[in-house]
Amino acid sequence: MEKGTIRQILLITDGNSNRGQDPVTVAALAREQGITINVIGIMENNDSEASSGLIEVEDIAQSGGGVSQLVYPASLSQTVQMVTKQGMTQTIQGFVNKELEAILGKNESIESVDPKKRGEIMEVVEDMGETCKLEVLVLIDTSASMYHKLSTVKEALIDLSISLQARIGDNVFSMYQFPGKRSDIEPIMKWSPNLDEMYQTFPKLASGGITPTGPALQEAMYQFGKNHVVRSLRRSGTQSEEEFL
Amino acid sequence: MARKVKKSSYNTIQSGTHIRGKWHDHRYIVKKRLGEGAIGSVYLCSMNGRNVALKISEKNTSITIEVNVLKALQKVQGNKLGPSLYDVDDWVAQDGKTYSYYVMEYIQGMGMHSFIRRYGNQWVGPFLLQLLNDLEALHQAGWVFGDLKLDNVLIDIKPPRVRLVDVGGTTQVGRSIKEYTEFYDRGYWELGSRKAEPSYDLFAVVMIFIHVFYPNRFEKRGDSFALLNRKIAAIPSLKPYRACFYKALKGVYQKSADMREDIIYIMANHPSSSRSIQQKLPFWRRTTPLECISIGMITLSAYGVAWLFT
Repeated sequence: MEKGTIRQILLITDGNSNRGQDPVTVAALAREQGITINVIGIMENNDSEASSGLIEVEDIAQSGGGVSQLVYPASLSQTVQMVTKQGMTQTIQGFVNKELEAILGKNESIESVDPKKRGEIMEVVEDMGETCKLEVLVLIDTSASMYHKLSTVKEALIDLSISLQARIGDNVFSMYQFPGKRSDIEPIMKWSPNLDEMYQTFPKLASGGITPTGPALQEAMYQFGKNHVVRSLRRSGTQSEEEFL
Repeated sequence: MARKVKKSSYNTIQSGTHIRGKWHDHRYIVKKRLGEGAIGSVYLCSMNGRNVALKISEKNTSITIEVNVLKALQKVQGNKLGPSLYDVDDWVAQDGKTYSYYVMEYIQGMGMHSFIRRYGNQWVGPFLLQLLNDLEALHQAGWVFGDLKLDNVLIDIKPPRVRLVDVGGTTQVGRSIKEYTEFYDRGYWELGSRKAEPSYDLFAVVMIFIHVFYPNRFEKRGDSFALLNRKIAAIPSLKPYRACFYKALKGVYQKSADMREDIIYIMANHPSSSRSIQQKLPFWRRTTPLECISIGMITLSAYGVAWLFT
């Protein structure tokens, strides 16, 4: 990983991948390339947490060095931003732990220093999380079973952009859906500092019966190389100054 | 790949359990569970016969972040912002897992909603002033409370005083809000950003008092600003503050103190919002003359400001 940039894939799916490579293997590969994979598993309202189709959600995230969360559509918004932020902290912490190992010896990590030192370390971690550059590729499962969840996903992503735009560091986003019409993934939005640009192109319809999660992840991984032209154009929020009294 | 479906055990610590710190060797006996937050559980414990609150989680980083905030707040002189911090440590439980915890002052308060229902709507004004006072001190110290909501405001009963608890969302000014609750979040209502600035908290202050009178809350529908204003106008106890609440919702106030000034002015000009305090004498008024004096001072300063304005 190039210093100061965090690369994440945010996979939003309802599980049941059924085509191509094992997504857990691809996730491990992505992690080796410095890309963290966070996964949000959307449950049906009558699903239990143990539902078999969703088992892969935790496995993919674990293998991809990220965070996973199962969620009902109603609480998707808060979960999306929480998972993204926790994923960042976890990634940074991973680096800090590596540094600590180099200083303190093998198997040493934040847990093995006393609470006072830990506090100082976490201050640095938080600082980096707030100021680093963040690249997020949102990968949305649009297989048939996701059909009635897509509008909720869209709302949650708009909410995510509100959260991330409040950061001090720069953000760039891109968004892909899978399966695509002719290929494994299809772009919804190319790299841009404004997630809101997806408004025009956000898919309204789900595209088919197959769920090629593994191949989609692999394709998504390659998109990070294509992001060098984007310069952030962060807008500073303007507040209206209307007087009311 | 077997999937573990189990509740984390920090959520279910039995009363009577001894928690012994790995680093500092202090011992705590668990009495009962007080509640559960986004990152951990809080237990009432005793330490050498004294009641303390202990927050424990498997996420040691989240615990550490909260401890950092509490430490920073202890350094702010004068106001008691958040509970006092006593100890930070790890506990190796019987299952062999290590949990992180911190120990703080046990605030035996009453929820603001129950308090106002029991002792009357005339408490809206004083609590508004107290809350804004604490927020002003917090903001001046460079922090924004963030996850300001009814659940995180307790009323210390003798004398009635607002106390802010749970600093999980408390964020340095200028950063992005760490943790929030949708109903209280101006981002959710599309009325502002999630940047940590004083106006973020002031928005939530208004939502707290809306929530007191709409215990079941309500959802976003159409024009948020119009909706919230309708809800405020429909409640007689909030109506006097309407103009001030408009400004807070719009993000006009840059400082808590500015909003506080407006509230004092309103209280002075709408005697109905403060006068009835004298009519109803709850138990503590008979026991603590100090409180009478402090309420008297609020009223006095209110009239003082009113006089200045006329």
